[in-house]
Amino acid sequence: MGARVIYLLLVVLVAPLVFPFLWMVSSAFKQPSEIFAFPPSLLPESPTWNNIVEVFTFQPFARQIYNSLYIALVVALATCALSLLSGYAFARLRFPGKNLIFLVLLSALMLPTEVTLIPNFLMIRDMGLADTHVPLLAIPTFGAIGVTGIFLMRQFLQGIPRELEEAAMIDGIGRLGILWHIVLPLTRPILSTIGIVSFLASWNSFLEPLVFLNRNELFTVPLALSTYTDTSGNPIWNLQLAATAVSTVPILIAYLLARRHITDSLAHAGLK
Amino acid sequence: MKRGRREALTAYLFLTPQAIGFVLFVLIPLISVVIMSFTDTDLLTNESKPVGWDNYVEIFTGDPAFWQSLAVTGIFALGLVVINVGLSLALALALNRRPRGAGFFLTLAFLAVVTSQAAWAIVWRFLLQGEGGAVNGLLDLIGLAGPNWLHEAQPSLAAVTVVAALKTVGLKAVIFLAALRNIPPGVIEAARLDGASEGRITRHIVLPMISPTTLVVIVITLIGSFQVFDYVQLMTHGGPSHATSVLAFYIYEQGFELFRSGYASALAIVLFGLTLVLVAIQWWARKKWVHE
Repeated sequence: MGARVIYLLLVVLVAPLVFPFLWMVSSAFKQPSEIFAFPPSLLPESPTWNNIVEVFTFQPFARQIYNSLYIALVVALATCALSLLSGYAFARLRFPGKNLIFLVLLSALMLPTEVTLIPNFLMIRDMGLADTHVPLLAIPTFGAIGVTGIFLMRQFLQGIPRELEEAAMIDGIGRLGILWHIVLPLTRPILSTIGIVSFLASWNSFLEPLVFLNRNELFTVPLALSTYTDTSGNPIWNLQLAATAVSTVPILIAYLLARRHITDSLAHAGLK
Repeated sequence: MKRGRREALTAYLFLTPQAIGFVLFVLIPLISVVIMSFTDTDLLTNESKPVGWDNYVEIFTGDPAFWQSLAVTGIFALGLVVINVGLSLALALALNRRPRGAGFFLTLAFLAVVTSQAAWAIVWRFLLQGEGGAVNGLLDLIGLAGPNWLHEAQPSLAAVTVVAALKTVGLKAVIFLAALRNIPPGVIEAARLDGASEGRITRHIVLPMISPTTLVVIVITLIGSFQVFDYVQLMTHGGPSHATSVLAFYIYEQGFELFRSGYASALAIVLFGLTLVLVAIQWWARKKWVHE
C-alpha cells in the first residue's frame, strides 16, 4: 500500500472526528440568522462576539464552569488520596479477608451508575443533600472511579520492588511515614494517571448533575450546555454552540499541553 | 504473630475511608435497589408498598416498551462495537505504518476523546438536523437527500449509534497501536522475505497476534455501551416513539420522569443482570483464548 492510500485512509477516518469541532467553532461566531443558511457555510460571513458574550449573561456560565472545575479537582485529589491508601493496603499488607474485600470493590466496575442511582437519589434527598454538590463529589469518588484508582494503584505497586520500604521499616519508620516519604514519590506516575482519569470523568459527567441539581447556579458545564433553550425547550443554537465551544476550550488547552501524558493515561486506564 | 496483627490493623485503617463511602454509596444502594424492585415506590411522595414479583412480571409480559428497549440496546451495542472497533483498528493499522505526521492525526482523533459526551452530542444534534444540518448539506452536494436524522425511527438509532461510536475511536486506536507495536518485527520481516503481500501479512499475522487486545477492547466497548445515556438524552430524548430508548435511558425515564422508582429498580436489576452475563461470557472467552 502506498503512502497516498495511507493518507487518504487517515483523512477519511479523522475527518468526522474533526469536522464537528470546526463547525462548532465557526457557528459560535456566526450571526443567528446565518447559522441555518442554506447551503451551510463553513466560515462566518460577518463574525461576531455576541454569542460568546450572551453565553455568560443568559445564565451564570462562568460560575458553572467554576463548579465543574472545583468538583473535578476535588474528585481527582480525593481519588488519588484514597487509592494511595487502599492500593497500598492491597499491594503490600497482609490481612484477613483481603481477596474478598478486593473482589467486592471490583464489582463496582461492572455496576452501571444507572443501577444504583435511584436508591442513591432517595438516600441523598433524605439526608437533605439533594441540590448540592455532595453527591457529585461522593458518588464517583467512592464508586467506579475510586475503585478504578485503587485497582491501578495496586497493580502499579505490585510491579515495583519493596526494598526501599523494607529498609525504611528497619530504620523504624512507621507505615504512614513510609507512605508519605517513600511510596508517594514512587507512585507519582500512576497518581497522575489516576488524577487525569478521574478529573475527566467528573468534568464530563452528565447523568448525576441532571438527576441531583435543580438550581441553575449549581449546574456543572455539561448540564448547563443543555439549558440554552427557549421557553418551549428548543435549543437556541447560536448560544448552545457558542457555550459548547467555550466549554471545550479549557480541556483542549490542557490536552495540547500534556498530550502524550493524557493519551497514555486514558489508554492505560481504559484497558484496566 | 503480634506483627501480623498490627499489619492487619494498619490495613483496615487504610481501607476505612474508602470502605465507609463504598458501603454508603454503592453497597447499600445495591441492596436497596434489589429490595425496591419488589415494591411500588413513588419517587416524589416516597410512598412504598410491597408488590412481590409484579414489577418483573410486568417487565417481561406486560411492557412492550421494555422489549423495544432491549432490542434498541442490542442493536445499539452491536453497531457501536462494530463501528467503533472497526474504525479504531483501521486507524491504528494506518498509523502503525508510521507515515509522517502520524502524531498529528492521532492528536486530531483524540480531540473527540477528551471532549465531554454532552458537547459531542450537542454539536452532532446540530449537524444532523433535517433542514439546514451540515450532514444533509454535504449529502446534498453529492446529490443525496438525507433524512430528518433525529426525528425518524431508523435514522435516529443509526445516528446516535454512529455518534457514540465515533467519540472514542482515538482512544481505542491508541490501545490497538500499543498492541501493534508489541509484535516482534522479526515475524513480519520473515513473512515479507517469503513474499507475502501486506494484505496477507495483516490478515494472517498481525490481526491474529493482536487478537487478545481485540477481545478486551470489544468487551469493554460492549459493557460500556450498556451504560450509554448522555447521547440518547441529549440528541433524541429516547424518541421518536422510543426508537432510541436504550435500557439505561428507559430506567431514567421510568424512575425520574414518571417517578416509578420500584419499576425502574426492577429494570435496573435486569440491566445489571445483562452486564453480569456479559462479564461471565468474557471470562469464559478469555480462558478459552489462553488455552488455545
